Amino acid sequence: MNIIAYLDFNKNELKKVAFEVATLANQIKSQTNANIFAIGINVDTEKANELKDYGIEKLINIKSDLLDKYSSDAIANSLFQFAQSINPDLLIFPANSHGLELAPRIAAKFNAGYVSDVIDLIDDNGNLYFKKPVYAGKSIITTQIKSSVKVISIRPNVFTAKKNPTNSLDIQNFESNISINEVKAKVIDINKNIGKLDVKEADIIVSGGRGMKAAEHFNLIEELASVLGAATGASRAVVDDGWRPHSEQVGQTGKTVSPTLYIACGISGAIQHLAGMSTSKYIFAINKDKDAPIFKVADYGLVGDVFDILPKLTEEIKKIKG
Amino acid sequence: MNILVAISRVPDTTTKIIVGSDGKTIDNNNVKFILNPYDEFALEEALRLKEKNGGNVTAISVGNDLNTETLRNALAMGADNAVLIRAEGEFDSYFVAKNIADYAAKSNPDIIFLGKQSIDFDSLQLPSYLAEFLNLPLVTIVTKIDINGNEVTAEREIEGGKEIVSTTLPCIFSAQKGLNNPRYPKLPDIMKAKKKPIEEIQAISIDNLIEIIKMEIPSRSRLNKIFGNTDEDIQNVVKLLHEEAKVI
Repeated sequence: MNIIAYLDFNKNELKKVAFEVATLANQIKSQTNANIFAIGINVDTEKANELKDYGIEKLINIKSDLLDKYSSDAIANSLFQFAQSINPDLLIFPANSHGLELAPRIAAKFNAGYVSDVIDLIDDNGNLYFKKPVYAGKSIITTQIKSSVKVISIRPNVFTAKKNPTNSLDIQNFESNISINEVKAKVIDINKNIGKLDVKEADIIVSGGRGMKAAEHFNLIEELASVLGAATGASRAVVDDGWRPHSEQVGQTGKTVSPTLYIACGISGAIQHLAGMSTSKYIFAINKDKDAPIFKVADYGLVGDVFDILPKLTEEIKKIKG
Repeated sequence: MNILVAISRVPDTTTKIIVGSDGKTIDNNNVKFILNPYDEFALEEALRLKEKNGGNVTAISVGNDLNTETLRNALAMGADNAVLIRAEGEFDSYFVAKNIADYAAKSNPDIIFLGKQSIDFDSLQLPSYLAEFLNLPLVTIVTKIDINGNEVTAEREIEGGKEIVSTTLPCIFSAQKGLNNPRYPKLPDIMKAKKKPIEEIQAISIDNLIEIIKMEIPSRSRLNKIFGNTDEDIQNVVKLLHEEAKVI
């Protein structure tokens, strides 16, 4: 069995989700004796050494000047050139903004079935089943891919990266021979939200809802988030009211998140919000209404006024953080 | 400027999902279906481009009679034409993409718009499939589009920021929330939309590549340790987060 593990590793940008993809590939390898081909693009070889901690022994470094700026067509074409040479059985991508564009492209090129946002993989005597949330997590389907080539993307933060050190990393360069005409759309600039963590990537999220009463009160959310090194999130209601940017919205028409800790402040727990955060490992709710639906899914809760509780809570957590 | 907008019919966001008797799909009883919210952003952007540049907007959907209701929503918002690709039974995104690509290959639109995902299966795969099948440029999850002649600059949302993407028409966009504020159809337009014709095409048959084995409702037991709001309560919760859950 040949597995392609697309790491979304470009130059020296190596994100946590790359180690999660590596971990899953190794998990399958240990069960089926598979060959893993991890993929990076124009990688910094020094940085690539970090992959050794996560069991990667072979990295295919796809090289081309045309791939310096992200372009989903150019990367997909280059990756396909390599993939055809090894007849892959399974291709694993991260379900992030790049992987979600690339994985279905590769699936289309192979006429392969693709399951996105996978949260669990079951190997039943060589038959692979993939679980994925649907309806924003209100339900979960178990699927089977009927084509011989199978493509999946995995939800970040779900497959915990496990250290599994190897002694050597073999980096093989693969020269892509794409032409400039294959770069149909390309990134010309990136605007980062400086100093802000994204809800999709954060271990802890502090979210605020209508109970925060006004946009300016979100400083309480931001202060708590800052002490915890957390991302700030928001309910649909406050995004629709323009209090918070839509990139922070958690729920069915926002982002589905799976942090280690989700802190819901002044959020009652509308069904579409709960769908988006119900896979959080721990949920901590603060709300003045003891009957709010959010408490039904909460591990910990404080019933009371957020304006009274949040400053005290932030102080208490500061004490622990030293 | 001719624009094709692919739309889908999905359960309303307030829907409580119940698994149907087949154990694989949802129980549709008492479920209110709506035009996929992300498709509304796509359609709105298409209508604005048409209002600025002229041309026409065609809404297209793959499904059965129930999808005609969704197409009429699009007509009421201002789409000029509606096309139903008739298909019965269960079909996957690959099937939908092949059928929409087949139509687009004949009608050659300047732009194909889609919602970034439909809020039922949340797969975000249709735009990429179309780009591959039609060999067109693609920008997904867009929050801003500037078109100047054939030159396109678009903003797409990524983790913790935006990518600015440069491309050319014809191309495919998938719309993210924030791209615009979709209009509400006016009553006379809703009435007129009821009388507009909907073109029907029989779907080309393609084998599904994905099979759903089962559907289940996630159940996760929670600790449910709920306290009041005294200083001691707050200290207690912090202690539990630190020592029991070990998350802070």
